[in-house]
Amino acid sequence: MKRVQREIVVIGSGPAGLCAAIEAAQAGAGVLLLDENAKPGGQLFKQIHKFFGSADHRAGVRGLDIGVQLLKQAEDLNIEVWLNSEACGIFDQNSVWVVRDKQHSITVEAQRIIIATGAVENSINFPGWTLPGVMGAGAAQTMINVNRVLPGHRVLMVGSGNVGVIVSYQLLQAGAQVVAIVEAAPTLGGYGVHTAKVRRAGVPFYASHTVKEARGTDHVKSAVLVNLDSNWQPIDGSEFEVEVDTICIATGLTPAVELAFGSGCTPVNSPALGGLVPVHDAGMKSSNESIYVAGDVCGVEEASTAMEEGRIAGLCAAHSLSYLDEAAFSRRFEQLQHNVNALRSGMFGQRRREAKESIVSSYGVHR
Amino acid sequence: MSRREHEESRLKVSGAVSLAELHQTAEYILPDERFSKPVAVIECIEAIPCNPCETACPVGAIVIGDDITTLPVIDPTICTGCGICVAACPGLAIYLKQKNHGPGLSYIAFPYEYLPLPKAGDVVTMANRYGEGVCAGSVVRVVKTTRFDRTAIVHATYDSAFYEDVVNMVRL
Repeated sequence: MKRVQREIVVIGSGPAGLCAAIEAAQAGAGVLLLDENAKPGGQLFKQIHKFFGSADHRAGVRGLDIGVQLLKQAEDLNIEVWLNSEACGIFDQNSVWVVRDKQHSITVEAQRIIIATGAVENSINFPGWTLPGVMGAGAAQTMINVNRVLPGHRVLMVGSGNVGVIVSYQLLQAGAQVVAIVEAAPTLGGYGVHTAKVRRAGVPFYASHTVKEARGTDHVKSAVLVNLDSNWQPIDGSEFEVEVDTICIATGLTPAVELAFGSGCTPVNSPALGGLVPVHDAGMKSSNESIYVAGDVCGVEEASTAMEEGRIAGLCAAHSLSYLDEAAFSRRFEQLQHNVNALRSGMFGQRRREAKESIVSSYGVHR
Repeated sequence: MSRREHEESRLKVSGAVSLAELHQTAEYILPDERFSKPVAVIECIEAIPCNPCETACPVGAIVIGDDITTLPVIDPTICTGCGICVAACPGLAIYLKQKNHGPGLSYIAFPYEYLPLPKAGDVVTMANRYGEGVCAGSVVRVVKTTRFDRTAIVHATYDSAFYEDVVNMVRL
């Protein structure tokens, strides 16, 4: 098998991977950025809404425009990018087996590897869930915002977290009708400003409700909703039917940890961040000295946090290869820590911050 | 939805912030009839990490401070009603309002990210926080500038009996 050598290999070119590559390259390291998709950016180019945060996080800029800025930066830094390149495994701590264009195998021997493989959507199953028309909210978002195809005209959204409400808003913008947003919990999950935006557009929320069944023969024709009691059990007789042709599932994400765990990174359970994640220190180093992690793969948060975390991973990986003097490193590290902590504060962020601190504090123990 | 529900339901159940919740929030300041021009009103009641309204305001009328999860506080006496914060807010949680714009008429300028856009002179249906049409509105102008980055701001007048209820318009 063909072998090549690189200083730092970043796996995944979403918000975390792109920022990791940029930060490492800015520090002077040679970077190869891999992505299995035909285009870089991960989920960033689907995010047509303005991002939260402060100026440090490019708040107020739409996600897709942040993506354009990052790609420009990566180009200016001459970062080597391999698209259609799947990282299939990591062996002997440092060797990444890559399959390019689904046909050529190549081994990249890297001094440092940054895994930024993101997360995958959770699904829930119910009678009829395999009918065409039932899809992940992320799939619907790709259809409308990347491919400009409307998945349907009357949509049921299952899940009221930020993904559910943001995709609902974007479905309205794309011209669909969102018939209802159901939430199994007694209270809605997403930011109030997001729920308010879709509610004032006339979309009703059903807290303590879930989808019991999708009906139809060759396509979704309707959905049966049911009220849940305080133990999350369906209340008999509370069922009602809504006419929909699309059911979007937005019930959370699970870190895409296969590559990390396959390479021997030690897992730690973090329910608040999506389940099992590779344990890492404050500099995003995994239990393996040469492997760093960043973004949703090590705890599901959101794109702005993933970008800051990616920068920390890129900075620390480069520093571990003796790039940057101590003063420059410390200054930048503190700045990035400040940026990421700012996003992990407040009524929504505090829980994520505590979960991250717990992962970092268990680093020594779990290694 | 009844008036009572509008006043008493909760943001985390209905999706919309109720008047009761707004009135309990010191940071929600609705300009009264003494204001001679529309000024910004902020409906941001959850501590989320966000401060573009503060950085966008050219006259320093909106203050958040170093901790960006602090709720924004506006001084409506400083606000010039320029509307830059309306487009800058990622949560679309800011609009401009004036109670007495004309006899029996209130004024609102709200963010609107749907197509088709209304145009000046159109009569539209003004919407409350639950998306219900509450009264007719006359579109005064629709502002789209590069700086607003594809968020249009629709200016309209409507019956001042619905001054506080109206926050947007029913989509076209």
